[in-house]
Amino acid sequence: MKAIVTVLGKDRVGIMSLVCGLLAQHNVNVLDISQTILQDYFTMVMLVDVSNCDLPFADLAALMEQEGKDRDLSIRAQREDIFNAMHRI
Amino acid sequence: MINANEIFDTIHMIDQQHLDVRTITMGISLLDCADSDPNAACRKIYDKITRQAEHLVATGEAIEREFGIPIVNKRLSVTPMALVAGASETNSYVPFAVAMDNAAKAVGVNFIGGFSALVQKGATKADRKLIASIPESLARTDLVCASVNVGSTKAGINMNAVGVMGRTIKECAQLTADQGGFGCAKLVVFCNAVEDNPFMAGAFHGVGEPDCIINVGVSGPGVVHHALKDVKGQPFDVVAETIKKTAFRVTRMGQLVAQEASRRLGVPFGIVDLSLAPTPAIGDSVARILEEMGLETCGTHGTTAALALLNDAVKKGGVMASSHVGGLSGAFIPVSEDEGMIAAARSGVLHLDKLEAMTCVCSVGLDMIAVPGDTSAATISAIIADEAAIGMVNSKTTAVRIIPAPGKVVGDTVEFGGLLGSAPVMPIHPQSAEAFVARGGRIPAPMQSLKN
Repeated sequence: MKAIVTVLGKDRVGIMSLVCGLLAQHNVNVLDISQTILQDYFTMVMLVDVSNCDLPFADLAALMEQEGKDRDLSIRAQREDIFNAMHRI
Repeated sequence: MINANEIFDTIHMIDQQHLDVRTITMGISLLDCADSDPNAACRKIYDKITRQAEHLVATGEAIEREFGIPIVNKRLSVTPMALVAGASETNSYVPFAVAMDNAAKAVGVNFIGGFSALVQKGATKADRKLIASIPESLARTDLVCASVNVGSTKAGINMNAVGVMGRTIKECAQLTADQGGFGCAKLVVFCNAVEDNPFMAGAFHGVGEPDCIINVGVSGPGVVHHALKDVKGQPFDVVAETIKKTAFRVTRMGQLVAQEASRRLGVPFGIVDLSLAPTPAIGDSVARILEEMGLETCGTHGTTAALALLNDAVKKGGVMASSHVGGLSGAFIPVSEDEGMIAAARSGVLHLDKLEAMTCVCSVGLDMIAVPGDTSAATISAIIADEAAIGMVNSKTTAVRIIPAPGKVVGDTVEFGGLLGSAPVMPIHPQSAEAFVARGGRIPAPMQSLKN
């Protein structure tokens, strides 16, 4: 199953490392990354494969959100289907 | 791959524009729970509801977390209780409402609809007992919602029932006077009620439905409002297109959630209700959409036309996005549940007569309207009759959910809290309709040809 991870927050050292570290720790494979800085804001979208994740997906999403919150970042992991449904016929 | 802009579009819709799935409603047939012993019937009702809906809330929450989309309500609708309780030898149906309430609390949903009777042509003994039990049932339970269908395009309007419902609403208000007449917020009087409506308070599980089904109601006034801000001053063709595109996206999300819930629960998918359901939160208002089209305040001249366009465009956009559409499908205009409507009513621009005109072109009717506590039962019945006539003649669903707030006068506000919001008490015409309502009988079904 594929999922989309989005990260938003004030830019600083180590955001990428934090997110990739968390994903690697739970055996989530990163397939694609798009990242920019918009007016000092770090904006990243990742396509990931969670088929071999060692956590149920809902728990991974909750964990990412909490880890982000602790560092003033908005990190979301959402199933890819929701975006496909809304933006593709 | 979906591009980053599209992804952030969706996230902004959820974060800043209140995009959500308003409700996943599980419809459960209770026809097989009928029993001549009322205690046995109540036990069967409790058992069946708790068995069927055991995993509903947990499943809804799991979908919420995985897709990152809020699902505000998880609810139940059941067979109109008059059809189930009719077999029992008892005069009061209050215990049936209590059984529904207990079951709803046990499974963790926030409302259960179906304490209902369908009396558009006439009432059975059971229908009469159910209606008589409504005030006490709504006062004694927390989550039970009641509805009564008093008219239809095929049958006409049952004016005896309309008369009874005026008195029933007054009684509901009296029994829940300490909560501002809250009982009335859980009671809807319909014309042309639909069997698969997932929204409260009017949801019930029709007899043409299967044993158990999942219906989903989407929402998104904030998203439509935001989209219209980008087409300021442009012609209505552009406005309609913009609303259609937005409704399409919102509904696709609802369809996805509905299918996922249906698959996980092993219950067939029924319909998606394409609705714009507002909440009292800022930025989640249908009235503000109408104002965005160029009206200074909702309720002024032009409001009905704006609402007609909105209602139609929501359906057109949504129909293609879902495999099965049903329920009420359209824009809701509940006064107390819509921040813009509350403001318009408070300022005196939006009044009952304009709301009535708006109900000719929107999805339901006079919804969550507070009127002075001394409003007579006959006046309430007359308001119901007017609204039912609009539904009957136009072959659409109309409804009345009105609260004669005990002790309140025009200018006061009734606070219900939560999604039900706060209702400014609106003025009514003081002239009597007593003799009109007292006639009783039936208003015949209308012509369906020679339409002008």
